[in-house]
Amino acid sequence: MYFQSFFGFGQSAEIDIILDGAATRRTAEVKTEDGKKERLFLFFDGESLSGKVNITLKRPGYKLEHQGIKIEFLGQIELYYDRGNQHEFTSLVKELARPGELHHNTSYDFDFNQVEKPYEVYTGTNVKLRYFLRVTVVRRLTDIVKEVDLAVHTLSSYPEMNSSIKMEVGIEDSLHIEFEYNKSKYHLKDVIVGKIYFLLVRIKIRHMEIAIIRRETTGSGPNVFNENETIAKYEIMDGSPVRGESIPIRVFLAGYDLTPTMRDINKKFSVRYYLNLVLVDEEERRYFKQQEITLWRKGDRIRKSLQMAPVPVTTPTNGESDQVQAFEKIPTPVSEEASLEDSPTEEPAPNPTPSEDIPRVESYAEGVPTEDA
Amino acid sequence: MDNTEATRRLHTKKQTLDDAYAAPANFLEIDVINPITHGVAKKRYTDYEVRMRTNLPVFKIKESSVRRRYSDFEWLRSELERDSKIVVPALPGKAIKRQLPFRNDDGIYDEDFIEDRRKSLEGFVNKIAGHPLAQNERCLHMFLQEPVIDKNYVPGKIRPN
Repeated sequence: MYFQSFFGFGQSAEIDIILDGAATRRTAEVKTEDGKKERLFLFFDGESLSGKVNITLKRPGYKLEHQGIKIEFLGQIELYYDRGNQHEFTSLVKELARPGELHHNTSYDFDFNQVEKPYEVYTGTNVKLRYFLRVTVVRRLTDIVKEVDLAVHTLSSYPEMNSSIKMEVGIEDSLHIEFEYNKSKYHLKDVIVGKIYFLLVRIKIRHMEIAIIRRETTGSGPNVFNENETIAKYEIMDGSPVRGESIPIRVFLAGYDLTPTMRDINKKFSVRYYLNLVLVDEEERRYFKQQEITLWRKGDRIRKSLQMAPVPVTTPTNGESDQVQAFEKIPTPVSEEASLEDSPTEEPAPNPTPSEDIPRVESYAEGVPTEDA
Repeated sequence: MDNTEATRRLHTKKQTLDDAYAAPANFLEIDVINPITHGVAKKRYTDYEVRMRTNLPVFKIKESSVRRRYSDFEWLRSELERDSKIVVPALPGKAIKRQLPFRNDDGIYDEDFIEDRRKSLEGFVNKIAGHPLAQNERCLHMFLQEPVIDKNYVPGKIRPN
């Protein structure tokens, strides 16, 4: 590249990648690293990728010598703190041209058949997962490269088991509440419907709020990074409740920037979501209870021939509402925050519910699964 | 169909009339009032009335009134720092400068100063007494409800009932 600019040649050829069906293909917004959003063509697992590669010579009469032209389809995980090592979890390549010369503008067709796209794209705080097509015109000194990013969404269907989350938590002698959320697994346009029931209120509560927290976990072993981001937060109660009062919760997820729960993606990262219920008293002390929920992306108009990825397994949900659990002493608050504990007494915690087995998509037969608008 | 489920009225447990109209279970009021400066000249000291009204079970006496001076508050703060798990709030300053001679005002017996200190001490004690982790400390109970603070007491926690 230095050689070319030194002589003022600039880029000698331009590469364009045109996808088949571009006019009708849906797009999706994907976040870029600098926080902006870009629109990319949306693909699903099993779909084929086909189109044309157009090479335009910048200067007529100029002859482009090359050592081969190829197109690759790549799925890549990049950890921001380890940029040098991009991990490719999927890699397909097609040779478009043997080494030779181009005398005029040329177009090549390509077709990747029924491509596996096992994960959803994700741009986060410390990690990015992307899919892209890359065309390389190999040359002696500098290759000419063109990349086009693609969006990929993973779809799931309604889980067979979706128990509610119901738990009694509190601080001994000061505060007991029972909270309930109608489900443990929510799709991205779902509504969390729940309630808080006050059993014992010996503190002066000023207000109560609920928040959705995204926790991105990268790394392994001793080098684990957890990045928490509050996606949404709002007040559900203002004032001081007494015993016997119930406070409703309704959180409409469609309004927020959420992704499906991603567990241990290629053993590199996880993205999990938590509901954080916080009560604040008159002296600004905060009492909180965090509960994980599983988010999944719903497809609609699914053809029978297409199978869906299983909804990720969630951590144990407490369907046994009658099991009143004793309250542990609050751990030392570093700041004025206390977690509402719910450790078991005589009976041990229930075993995690086994995951439903919905088979993964094996092959893409016909029809394009689309998502809710 | 999804929408109606989201906005449907929730089935909640009915609250009894007793619970709805009873006095709240979190009633706790502590006032720091009536500063009085005792003695004369160099042997003066100021103390305050600490009056408490509550229905919390952890406090044996539901209405109490004791007199406490600044050093008593300091004692309480150091006991809590040592024994309890809470972050103990700060006290108003010791005002050493005000105790030096040759001042234009009354030093630590100045009305405005006493009033500022009174307010600050009131905030301090309310903040602690409402803290679930400090409420059961014996030193706090002694501070709030015993006529005289016994500095040779046995520190520990108080169980309700």
